[in-house]
Amino acid sequence: MKRARWRAVLVLPFLFLLGGCVERTAVLNPQGPVARMQYDLIMWSVGFMLFIIVVVFTLFAVFLIRYREKPENAGYEPPDEEGNTLLEVVWTAIPILIVAALAVPTVKATFALEKPPTEKVKPITIHVTAANWKWIFSYPEENIETVNYVHIPAGVPVKFKLTSVGPMNSFWVPELGGQKYAMDGMETELILQADKPGSYMGRSANFSGEKFAHMEFEVVAQTGTDFRKWVNEVKQTAPKLDEKKYTQILKPGIVGRMTFSNTHLEWIDHAKQNSHHGNDHSMKNENQSDEAMTESHHHGE
Amino acid sequence: MKWSEFFVTGEPLIYAADVAIVLTMVGIVFVLTYFKKWKWLWNEWLTTVDHKKIGVMYIICAVLMLFRGGVDALLMRAQLTAPNMKFLDAQHYNEIFTTHGTIMILFMAMPFIIGLMNIVVPLQIGARDVAFPYLNALSFWLFFFGALLFNISFVIGGSPDAGWTAYFPLAGNEFSHGVGNNYYAVALQISGIGTLMTGINFLVTILKMRAPGMTLMRMPMFTWTILITCVLIIFAFPVLTVALALMTFDRLFDTQFFTMANGGMSMLWANLFWIWGHPEVYIVILPAFGIFSEVVSTFAGKRLFGYKAMVGSIVGIAFLSFIVWVHHFFTMGAGPAVNSAFSITTMAIAIPTGVKIFNWLFTLRKGKIRFTTAMLWSLAFIPNFVIGGVTGVMLAMAAADYQYHNSYFLIAHFHYVLIAGTVFACFAGLHYWYPKMFGHILNERLGKWTFWLFMIGFNICFFPMYFLGLMGMTRRMYTYSDGLGWTPLNVVATVGAVLMGIGFIVLCYNIYYSARYGERDMTGDPWNGRTLEWATASPPVHYNFPVTPVVEDLDAYWVMKKKYGGFHVKEEDLKPIHMPSNSGRPFWMSVAFFVAGFGLVFKWFALAIVGALFIVLGLILRSFEDDDGYYIPVDEIKRMERAARKGA
Amino acid sequence: MGEAAHRYEETLPLEYRTQESRLNILGFWIFLGAEVALFATLFATYLVLFQRTGSGPTAGELFEVKDVLIETLLLLTSSFTCGLAIFEMRRGRMSGLIAWLLVTLLLGAGFITFEIREFIHYVHEGATMQTSAFLSSFFVLVGTHGAHVSVGIGWMILIIIQLLQRGLTAKTARKVFIVSLYWHFLDVVWIFIFTLVYLLGMVI
Ligand code: HEM
Ligand SMILES: [Cu+2]
Ligand SMILES: [Cu+2]
Repeated sequence: MKRARWRAVLVLPFLFLLGGCVERTAVLNPQGPVARMQYDLIMWSVGFMLFIIVVVFTLFAVFLIRYREKPENAGYEPPDEEGNTLLEVVWTAIPILIVAALAVPTVKATFALEKPPTEKVKPITIHVTAANWKWIFSYPEENIETVNYVHIPAGVPVKFKLTSVGPMNSFWVPELGGQKYAMDGMETELILQADKPGSYMGRSANFSGEKFAHMEFEVVAQTGTDFRKWVNEVKQTAPKLDEKKYTQILKPGIVGRMTFSNTHLEWIDHAKQNSHHGNDHSMKNENQSDEAMTESHHHGE
Repeated sequence: MKWSEFFVTGEPLIYAADVAIVLTMVGIVFVLTYFKKWKWLWNEWLTTVDHKKIGVMYIICAVLMLFRGGVDALLMRAQLTAPNMKFLDAQHYNEIFTTHGTIMILFMAMPFIIGLMNIVVPLQIGARDVAFPYLNALSFWLFFFGALLFNISFVIGGSPDAGWTAYFPLAGNEFSHGVGNNYYAVALQISGIGTLMTGINFLVTILKMRAPGMTLMRMPMFTWTILITCVLIIFAFPVLTVALALMTFDRLFDTQFFTMANGGMSMLWANLFWIWGHPEVYIVILPAFGIFSEVVSTFAGKRLFGYKAMVGSIVGIAFLSFIVWVHHFFTMGAGPAVNSAFSITTMAIAIPTGVKIFNWLFTLRKGKIRFTTAMLWSLAFIPNFVIGGVTGVMLAMAAADYQYHNSYFLIAHFHYVLIAGTVFACFAGLHYWYPKMFGHILNERLGKWTFWLFMIGFNICFFPMYFLGLMGMTRRMYTYSDGLGWTPLNVVATVGAVLMGIGFIVLCYNIYYSARYGERDMTGDPWNGRTLEWATASPPVHYNFPVTPVVEDLDAYWVMKKKYGGFHVKEEDLKPIHMPSNSGRPFWMSVAFFVAGFGLVFKWFALAIVGALFIVLGLILRSFEDDDGYYIPVDEIKRMERAARKGA
Repeated sequence: MGEAAHRYEETLPLEYRTQESRLNILGFWIFLGAEVALFATLFATYLVLFQRTGSGPTAGELFEVKDVLIETLLLLTSSFTCGLAIFEMRRGRMSGLIAWLLVTLLLGAGFITFEIREFIHYVHEGATMQTSAFLSSFFVLVGTHGAHVSVGIGWMILIIIQLLQRGLTAKTARKVFIVSLYWHFLDVVWIFIFTLVYLLGMVI
């Protein structure tokens, strides 16, 4: 009877892995130094965890098989043992060692992730603004803006400065690295880097309301020259963004990809504390439509 | 709120629910009237202060809530089975996962555990009731009406839709306009007050009302875990009380605690929520540990291995549970030093937890293991919970958590600990103590069917989710697009969920079947138990023990059986027994809470004030009450004892 | 219960003489533990938010020193007179007990009056609960304390009526004792409010 459980627990994952899911397993398919550092940490921990599982499952199986009630041991009286200090010490000490073995690289990696993976290349900065339910990317140096997709140069650390114009979202590109929250009136920073040109999916990982599931974006990594070329093209061909258009984009809903040859940072930076002041927050009235709400929401000062 | 929005409309599911609710109510009223049971309902149940009956009512509610939460879960699984499904729309899906989470944790797991502790703890410590029986009834009814208030949001006004974590500003006035999140704030507040009072009540009970000879280190393990759980409740629930109160102020009176403008700070909500929330998950797991300890020791026929280490580790876990909350938002950017510190405290919890696992394993060693249904649930807990635990440690590693956070990996983790921990424990406890509740045993054959269906279904449902998480699927998505490669695993998960649902149906059938045909327990000790609850009749007489038992060691009843052949009562030792009187006030005061709460939800402040006035009236009447209970005369006790022992 | 146990109980103060009373008093202590957690959370909230004043006034601009000092004086004195009431109760003197309880109650009412005045004053200045996160947390923290004091006043009135009706029994003595614990607790909370809210607010 027990075997059913083993099958469920142990065989399924192998089936999945063998089933060719590996190349789609985003987290286990790191495409940059940040994701790779996390991948290595994950694999390091998986080893220990498998060890624990093997030890516990083995003891469990052995004890269940050996000490189950059966006709032969009908007269057997289990002894009344209180415990065993030596054993207690052993199974306290080993977990402590394991935790230490996990804690050290965890702390190292946690600190390392706050810095660009390489010193040699100058990072570029991209401001990311999450809005219901789209992602807005602003390139302050290049002075361009995109919606729902972002181009980055491969091999260059990218500092994403995250903020939100509403509910909290989480900016996650699993193949390039772990996520970070984007919050209203705040700025958080996430550094990612792609090894080579390619296209990577990103999405919001933190629930932010009705159409949250559609908050997907594409990260397009390009060679440095291609990236430059793309920037120049945008500057020359893309329309200008003005406040009116911007307010429209911010309205709750889904929009497609967009490209502009300037950024909304010219008139508002949502990362600034109270970038929108109380008095224009007249959304206490329940009957106000969504549209009116966003309007009052983002006039800023 | 416009009148046209008062009743939720426009969804066939909701109309079906409306019809079901009306039919059920009509049915109940009809049955009660037809069988002339109104008086019985009032006298025996609604006004009772007997801990055993209160416990039974908790468990009945918990099972109903398990049904509601389970239906929510199946709806979600149906929607996610294939990409781009149109079964539920986004808004509806969001409401369903919100109510699912909230109901499962607060209105299923907690009351199930509290129900078991109500039934068992006084019996285990040789007491006649809890320290404050009246307060106990009030706790129950507050929970009941809190749960009711939360549930009616489904048909009246609209359900909350910001997740059971209700993060701001999403749950604030800026983005959530309906009354849904008002329900969340007010209903949780009402039942939370009940829980806090339960914590105080049982702490005093356990500290002060143990039978002579039962020192702290001779307490049954379940009682120990409840003691520690009470401490957690007492320090954690006030945080929830405050958090919900601030949320209510923000939503009803436009204060600026968590708003986006005027200095409000949404991160404060996340902190307050998890300062309560993490201890909360231990509030539902520590008693589960206690249940497993009792069951494993009974059916291994051995004393619990390493009792002292077991006590020490729960104290350790309880302490640590207050200093780990930040692990729920490592990704908020609090800085590497903060994240590292909370990583380490979190991982440290694995140490005492590991100690417990090994002590359970060594309790099995050299035992004589009987595979009853209760034992199967307890045994299955060990490997499944270890999977949940090790993935918990992986989540605790901040740098790695950035890749797991808010993904299906996290979903898989907490279901492996909550289901394989708490839910398995509730089922184990239900089968184990069922004779103490109803005097008969749940059918073992059906019990095992439930077990295998549910346990296998559980693994099929949740194990794939670890991989879905690693493939980038985030929690709370109402749909996903084709071509991501997520479909096969989602199909598998849905199959598992269906199996769990079937297991639950078998359990319900078992309850019905056993009530009709189940084996009556005449001995009071059907499992060859070790602790004092097995020294009473099944079900126990309402005063529990005719004379207070004297405890000589751990496993008090086991020792009695070994030394004296059982718990014997001499008729000449009997003395009149003091018992508390029933009261209808906890019930109607809780109704007043419900009315006040309903008024707050809809901002009908006049109604809220009326409710509040009745609450105050109840308090005043209680203060002036001069009812000190009553005594059961010795002759009556003799009569009842003979009847109970004969097996009524 | 055995003879010896009875004799032992006789030596206890009146409020501790029955098992029920002892349970109630312990239960109340534990309840106060929960209240500590509750106020600690409110204080934490306040400390996180008190510099987030948005477009509203800061603590330094707002607070009325005079009112606050009067409130403090009233409440501290009431704690002392509440102690005197217990002292009289231990000596078995009903009249003294009731008199001091009445004094306590009046001082408490005075405290509430001044607090309400203070709040009204702020609201007139345009500093309401809705103005800023700082003011929300200020009003809720101080208001929660004020609400507790008000409940205490009502509760004390009920107990005084019961003392008059039933005299000084084990049960009424226990009630007086418990309400006095509550009252002292509120006093301690006020001391924290005074330092962490008012003094800090006026310094920074
Ligand atoms: C070995 C012990 C455990 C460790 C190390 C651990 C660790 C963690 C961590 C780090 C998270 C946050 C992950 C994230 O949000 O990215 C988490 C989430 C969670 N854990 Fe555990 N955990 C353990 C045991 C438990 C137990 C015993 C329970 C409940 C019975 C539990 C219930 C939960 C729940 C409900 C969540 C998610 C809540 C949410 O975001 O909705 N965990 N755990
Ligand atoms: Cu805004
Ligand atoms: Cu936690």
